[in-house]
Amino acid sequence: MEFLISLWEALPYELQYLIWTMIKIVAIVLPMMLLVAYYTYAERKIIGYMQVRVGPNRVGPKGWLQPIADALKLMFKEIIIPANANKLLFLMAPAITLAPALAAWAVFPFDEKLVFADINAGLLYILALTSVGVYGVIIGGWASNSKYAFLGTMRSAAQIVAYEIAMGFALVGVLVAAGSLNLGEIIRAQEGGIFSWFWLPLLPLFAVYVISGVAETNRAPFDVAEGESEIVAGFHVEYSGMAFAVYFLAEYANMILISALTAVMFFGGWLSPFQGWPVLGPLFDWVPGFFWLVIKTGFFMFLFLWLRATFPRYRYDQIMRLGWKVFIPITIVWIAVVGLAVVYQVPWWFD
Amino acid sequence: MLENYLPIMIFLTVAFVLGGIVIGLGFLLGTSKPDDEKNSPYECGFEAFEDSRMKFDVRYYLVAILFIIFDLEIAFLFPWAVVLDQIGMVGFIAMMVFLGILVIGFIYEWKKGALEWE
Repeated sequence: MEFLISLWEALPYELQYLIWTMIKIVAIVLPMMLLVAYYTYAERKIIGYMQVRVGPNRVGPKGWLQPIADALKLMFKEIIIPANANKLLFLMAPAITLAPALAAWAVFPFDEKLVFADINAGLLYILALTSVGVYGVIIGGWASNSKYAFLGTMRSAAQIVAYEIAMGFALVGVLVAAGSLNLGEIIRAQEGGIFSWFWLPLLPLFAVYVISGVAETNRAPFDVAEGESEIVAGFHVEYSGMAFAVYFLAEYANMILISALTAVMFFGGWLSPFQGWPVLGPLFDWVPGFFWLVIKTGFFMFLFLWLRATFPRYRYDQIMRLGWKVFIPITIVWIAVVGLAVVYQVPWWFD
Repeated sequence: MLENYLPIMIFLTVAFVLGGIVIGLGFLLGTSKPDDEKNSPYECGFEAFEDSRMKFDVRYYLVAILFIIFDLEIAFLFPWAVVLDQIGMVGFIAMMVFLGILVIGFIYEWKKGALEWE
């Protein structure tokens, strides 16, 4: 032990810094990967039970090892590169999708002081990174040089782009209410129990954000991009093996990210729902903030699966109508309302 | 100020490299027996015909153009939103004028049918 400490101290400062940063990155990315793996298991189980089936139950007790088996299987599958594909872009595209889905967690506040990089422009950074994800989709579908992939790309790019605007406007509403781009500050602006959180004054924006989040990640009921009954699998139809697994990973990591961001921006992140209440407040004081964050995030992650099991797929023109003609007007109006409320310092939330 | 962003740059690099490693692992562990049939683009069993980079609906362009306008608008709104409580009513009215002009454009394109998908 002492030898290790002396070895550590002998290292130059820059190297110490780099190693320390790497450890922190691994501490974020590794649990994220595990979470993604078991999120897919939860999805199959939950949707199974919602449809009166059991879901996966063969690999390991109650199917617990199913995601591990899936990952292993994908690892040993051939990665097929189509003959006419643009090889470099074809292989780069999945990584371009995955990188922002993971790196967005860099500014995410897991608890009061638990944040990897506490930057001022946190929300801007997240908005920028989630926008990069669409490049992976476009590049992947284009590089495949296949008709189905191309059609899927066009659809999903247009859809992601349309809902990104609604999402961006919803974020602006949160910014107006919180007065800061820093995610920690946004949470602190919501202090004071469940009714002080932004979901109440920003209710329309909250609804728009969650629904846009589902559309952004191309999940049911907005999954026309991969509509298996018409264009087989959309933009990733030519992907197989690990290249496909990376797309898959990115999609689920994005779902978790959207859930967690909803919890932070509209549901007070690490704050206790009973904060400042007479009896319940002190009673739940000992619960660590991280625990509340996990519960809130978990709820929205469940919502994603619930929506998928409940709703039939939208038609493409319906999706575009919802994005452009419903969400954008709602958000613009509500930004004005929230702006007025902040200027006049309307009590309870903005005083 | 800027040194806060160094770990983020490292994180981004790691995330990108990770994607590369995972795909590389797939190449290392997976089999590789390519043949002509397997490598041809998937078209439900038909021989691929025509070029797959075909003409597509002009509305996708329209969506892209509209996206740029509105995304820029959001970028303008960001700094305004952060300091709104300090600039008060004057700032609010100024931004509403700007938003109003954009909304007029939005109504125009709506009436022109740029948002229709029939």
